Amino acid sequence: MTAQTLFDKLWASHLVREEKDGTALIYIDRHLVHEVTSPQAYEGLTLAGRKVWRVDSVVATADHNTPTRNWDQGLNGITDAVSRLQVETLDKNIKAFGAKVYFPFLDKRQGIVHVIGPEQGATLPGMTVVCGDSHTSTHGAFGALAFGIGTSEVEHVLATQCMVMKKSKALQIAVEGKLGAGITAKDIILAIIGRIGTAGGTGYTIEFAGSAIRALSMEGRMTLCNMAIEAGARAGMVAVDDKTIDYLQGRTFAPKGAMWDKAVDYWRSLKSDEGAQFDKVVTLDAAEIKPQVTWGTSPQMVTTIDGRVPDPARESDPIKREGMERALKYMNLKPDTPITEIRLDKVFIGACTNSRIEDLRAAAQVVKGKKVAANVKLAMVVPGSGLVKAQAEKEGLDEIFTVAGFEWREPGCSMCLGMNEDQLSPGERCASTSNRNFEGRQGPGGRTHLVSPAMAAAAAIAGHFVDVRNFNN
Amino acid sequence: MEKFVRKEGLVVPLDRANVDTDAVIPKQFLKSIRRTGFGPNLFDAWRYLDRGEPDSDNSRRPLNPDFVLNQPRYKGATVLLARENFGCGSSREHAPWALLQYGFQAVIAPSFADIFFNNSLKNGLVLIRLDAKIVDKLFKETEAAAGYRLAVDLEQQTVTTPGGESFRFEIDPFRKHCILNGLDDIGLTLDHAGEIKAFEAQHRERQPWLFG
Ligand code: SF4
Repeated sequence: MTAQTLFDKLWASHLVREEKDGTALIYIDRHLVHEVTSPQAYEGLTLAGRKVWRVDSVVATADHNTPTRNWDQGLNGITDAVSRLQVETLDKNIKAFGAKVYFPFLDKRQGIVHVIGPEQGATLPGMTVVCGDSHTSTHGAFGALAFGIGTSEVEHVLATQCMVMKKSKALQIAVEGKLGAGITAKDIILAIIGRIGTAGGTGYTIEFAGSAIRALSMEGRMTLCNMAIEAGARAGMVAVDDKTIDYLQGRTFAPKGAMWDKAVDYWRSLKSDEGAQFDKVVTLDAAEIKPQVTWGTSPQMVTTIDGRVPDPARESDPIKREGMERALKYMNLKPDTPITEIRLDKVFIGACTNSRIEDLRAAAQVVKGKKVAANVKLAMVVPGSGLVKAQAEKEGLDEIFTVAGFEWREPGCSMCLGMNEDQLSPGERCASTSNRNFEGRQGPGGRTHLVSPAMAAAAAIAGHFVDVRNFNN
Repeated sequence: MEKFVRKEGLVVPLDRANVDTDAVIPKQFLKSIRRTGFGPNLFDAWRYLDRGEPDSDNSRRPLNPDFVLNQPRYKGATVLLARENFGCGSSREHAPWALLQYGFQAVIAPSFADIFFNNSLKNGLVLIRLDAKIVDKLFKETEAAAGYRLAVDLEQQTVTTPGGESFRFEIDPFRKHCILNGLDDIGLTLDHAGEIKAFEAQHRERQPWLFG
C-alpha cells in the first residue's frame, strides 16, 4: 500500500460512498451544536418530519449569546430579546431532539463549544467532527478531521449523519526547530498566516508537523488548528502522539478500561506515513518566529513586535496597496509607526483561540504583582469554559487578575464577536487573543489587534504593545 | 419536502411585473430564528395598511382591501399567477418560504429571477414558465370567472384550465425528479440510507468507543 497522509487515513475511514465525479458521502462521528446556527436546522427537521439520525453524536452548548456577567439573574440576565430567544430555542430543541450531552447556559461545564469538546473528551482522535461554526478546525489538534459547516449542512448532518463533499488537497506546514522563550502557538499561526496569506490554505486540509509542533502542548495545538480557517483551510490537524493520549486519559467521555487500550492502539496509527505525498509543503524555522501583532483588518496583516506599521507607498501591487490604505484608515494608524507605540483602550483575553487554562496561566504570570495601565479602560479575562474558570480559581489566577485591575468574567464567546453586550465602542482599540480582526468584529467601528495571551497581558500593564520577551523582569 | 404530482387549486392574479423579494417578504422579518411563520408577512407592505414588525400581531392589523390577496373571492388560493421577472432582488430563501407558508404550491409567470428560481425549486415550490401570451390569457380568464382553478401536472408538465385547455411547460429533469419524489438534498442522501447504515455498523465494529 502506498504511504498515506493522516488526512488520507481519516478520509478513507469515513467514506460511505463516492460518485464518479469525486462527490463523496462522509460519515460524521461528532456533531457539536450551539444556539446561533442550529435553530433553522432543527426547524427544518420538524417541517420535514425527520429525526436526528444518531442522537449520541450530538454535543450541545450555548455560548455565542450568553452574558459574561449577572449569571445570578438567570435568563433575565440576557438583555437582548433575540439573543435570549436563541438560547431558549436551543433548550427546547435539545429537549425535543435529544443529545449525548447538553451544557446549557448557567451549567458549570458550559463554555465555548470548541473548548468544551476536547475538555470533555467528546473530541477524540480519528473522529470526523463538524459544527455550525468555522473554528471547528480546532478539534483537528487531536488527529481528527474537523471542519465548520453552514446551517443547511447542520440540518443535513442531523438528518443523515453524513456530509456531501469532495476531498480537498493536502498541505503540510512543517515548523522545525526550537521556539524562543515567550513565543507561543499563537505567534506560530500568525507567522504562518503572515507567510502564506489568508487564502494560502484555500482548497487544502493542513497538517501541522515538525519538531516545534510536536513540542507544543495540546492547548497550543488547539490554538494552531483553531486558526487554520484564517489561513483559508477548512480543516487543520496534528498527528496523534503521547501528549494527545495523556490529555484524553480520564476525560468524561473518553473510553475506559479495555476499550481505552483498544482505542489507544488505533490512535497511535493516526499520523502521516513515512514518505506520504502532500500536494504542497511549507516550512518555517521556529527559531525565527518573534511575538506577532496584527496591524490591519485581516489576520494576514501582521508583523512582529519589533516591527513598524507598513507603508502602503512601498507596496507595488495596486490592489494590495489599496487594501492596506483602507485598513490603516479603519485602524487609524500611520505608516511606519513602531508597533510598541500603539496605545490601547481595551484588552480582551478569551475566545476559542486562547481561553484555556494554559493561556490564562501564561497571562497571569505576566500580570502578577502589576497593575493595568491607566489608559486601558477595560481589561477582561473570559475563561473558555466553566471548568477552565474553576481550575483557574483553584490556582488563584482570578485573584492575580482582579488585583491587577482585570475583570474576571463568566465563560462564553464574549467580545470575540460581541453578540452579547461585551463589545468595543466605535474607535476603541483592543489587544485581543481572539482570531479575527475584521472590521466591526468586536463591535461596530472597533479596532482589533490579534496577539498571544502573554502579549495581551503585557499590553494591558504597559498601556501599549510591548515585547513580552523582555517585559517580565 | 412534500411530493408534488398533480395539484389543482384556486388561482389568484397578481398583476405586477418585477415583483422583488423585498416585496415578497420585507427585510424586517429576516431576523427570525425560524424558517416558518413568514406566511402572515407575505407581501406585507401591500397586504396591510400599517408597517409590520416581527412582533406585530398580524390578526389585528388593518388589511388593505384593494390588494388582490385580501379579496374574498381569492381566499384559499394555492396558485399564484404573476408577470415578468417575478422574484428579482436578493437571495433570501425567506421569499419561497413565505410563499409556501402562505399556502402557494405553484407560481405561473412568463419569467422568474434566477436565484429565486433555484431557491424555490429546492424548497418544493413549483415555478412554471409559460409564454407571456398564455399568461395573459390566464389572467383574463381568472378575472372573468370567480372560483377559477388550474390543474398543474408536474409528471406530464402541463397546466390545464377548467375549459380543458392544456399548456406544456419545461422543467429541469433533475429538479423535476426531486420535486416529484419529494426529495431535497437530505432526501437524496437518505436514498443511500442503507449504505450509511451498513457503513455505520462496520464503523462501530472497528471503533466501538465512538458510539453510545
Ligand atoms: S470564541 Fe469567537 S471564534 Fe470562537 S466560537 Fe466563539 S465566536 Fe466563534
